Amino acid sequence: MSSEEKVLKVSKIEHGTVIDHIPAGRALYVLRLLGLTGKEGVIISLAMNIPSRKLGKKDVVKVEGLELSEDQVNKLALIAPSATINIIKDYEVSTKMKISIPEVISGILKCKNPNCITRKEREPVISSFRVVKRKPLLLRCEYCGRFLTEEDVVEQLTGG
Amino acid sequence: MWAGRDVISILDFTREDLEELFRVARRMEEIERRGSDILRGRIVATAFFEPSTRTRLSFEAAAHRLGASVISLHPTVASLAKGESLADTLRMLDGYADVIVMRSRLEGAAKMAAEICVNPVINGGDGTQHHPTQAMIDLYTIKRLKGGVDGLVVGVLGDLKYGRAATSFIFGLTRYRLERIYLISPPELRVREDVMMELDRLGAPIHEVTDLEEALPELDVLYVTRIQKERFPDPAEYERVKGSYRVKLSLLRKAKKDMIIMHPLPRVDELPYEVDRTPHAAYFKQASFGVPVRMAILSLVLGAVVE
Ligand SMILES: [Zn+2]
Repeated sequence: MSSEEKVLKVSKIEHGTVIDHIPAGRALYVLRLLGLTGKEGVIISLAMNIPSRKLGKKDVVKVEGLELSEDQVNKLALIAPSATINIIKDYEVSTKMKISIPEVISGILKCKNPNCITRKEREPVISSFRVVKRKPLLLRCEYCGRFLTEEDVVEQLTGG
Repeated sequence: MWAGRDVISILDFTREDLEELFRVARRMEEIERRGSDILRGRIVATAFFEPSTRTRLSFEAAAHRLGASVISLHPTVASLAKGESLADTLRMLDGYADVIVMRSRLEGAAKMAAEICVNPVINGGDGTQHHPTQAMIDLYTIKRLKGGVDGLVVGVLGDLKYGRAATSFIFGLTRYRLERIYLISPPELRVREDVMMELDRLGAPIHEVTDLEEALPELDVLYVTRIQKERFPDPAEYERVKGSYRVKLSLLRKAKKDMIIMHPLPRVDELPYEVDRTPHAAYFKQASFGVPVRMAILSLVLGAVVE
């Protein structure tokens, strides 16, 4: 039995979501992004730096009773683009989803340029970024052209 | 295809679009003085939320030359003072006019305007990157004075970080096959990283230098822009570098005989008056193309054909 399998056997959940293949070290960010503090009372298992064939090392997060909204999946893609989402029903994986970053990300992130039109609250315009590079992530504001780096994105989505 | 189109960034236009524009502009040069009425009954709105003299007046002159009427919003208007949003002001103008020419300090304002307005929006300058109609005039000037743009060595001098005319011009050059583009600026005012990456992606033959003298002997075109003192965190640094980015008469001995000097104007002391008398000075000619090129832009966007 590989160490990966061992971890997955720990604390099975009846219904909920397993987020697998999170880049190593980002599991806590994922929890923060999902707004989970541990005080909710549901079972949350978290494993970090597990050996992974695909990633070298990875993190895994399992949350009982969790259903991800579309918005949460989109945000998750930005900080954990390699992640896979397994939806668990009656202790079995019922659906497997791979997430990916869309070409254009609108509304989730904030432009760093204070002079950008998307930063003006009274103007009817939603922020919009186009992917320039995926690894490491680099985005360009469609309104002012400024870059947003992977660090900027993680910081914005997890508050640091 | 130009009819009904917004003019937001020079990068939205292909070489073919530009060639079509330049054909019409040439025709406009011929009819500029006697005028035309191809835009009679049309209304052009100018909305300059940031002061401008040349761009606004040349658009208004272009509109009048073609028989259109002009309505103008000045930055001091009461509605903006009362805090009305840019978007609401633009929606109002969109209801009154057939095309809006605007300028704003806010970056991306023209793109937003294009999204909310039914009628075409022409960007008369926003933020630090886009001034597409100036770039069209600049490329037209090179075409008229040098016969074409392909194969030339062009130097762009001055504030390449905040100068929107310079950035738009450099973006415009990527539509042609230049031999080399020299970007000449003090290190503090180099082209921004995101702009440089875009230029790389477009395959522009860019060479960055800090010394004008190094590039000068090779240049067919020298495009000069103003370096503003306010851009330097340290005024002493400005005092130290400003002389190196001034086009002195003595320096021009090193230039090719037929090199042309361009400048989007207004100028301060980066281009001394004694240069005006040299055969290199092309900036007044360049300024004179402002109205015919903008006549061409208005007529194309409004789908009016010049006979
Ligand atoms: Zn922006």
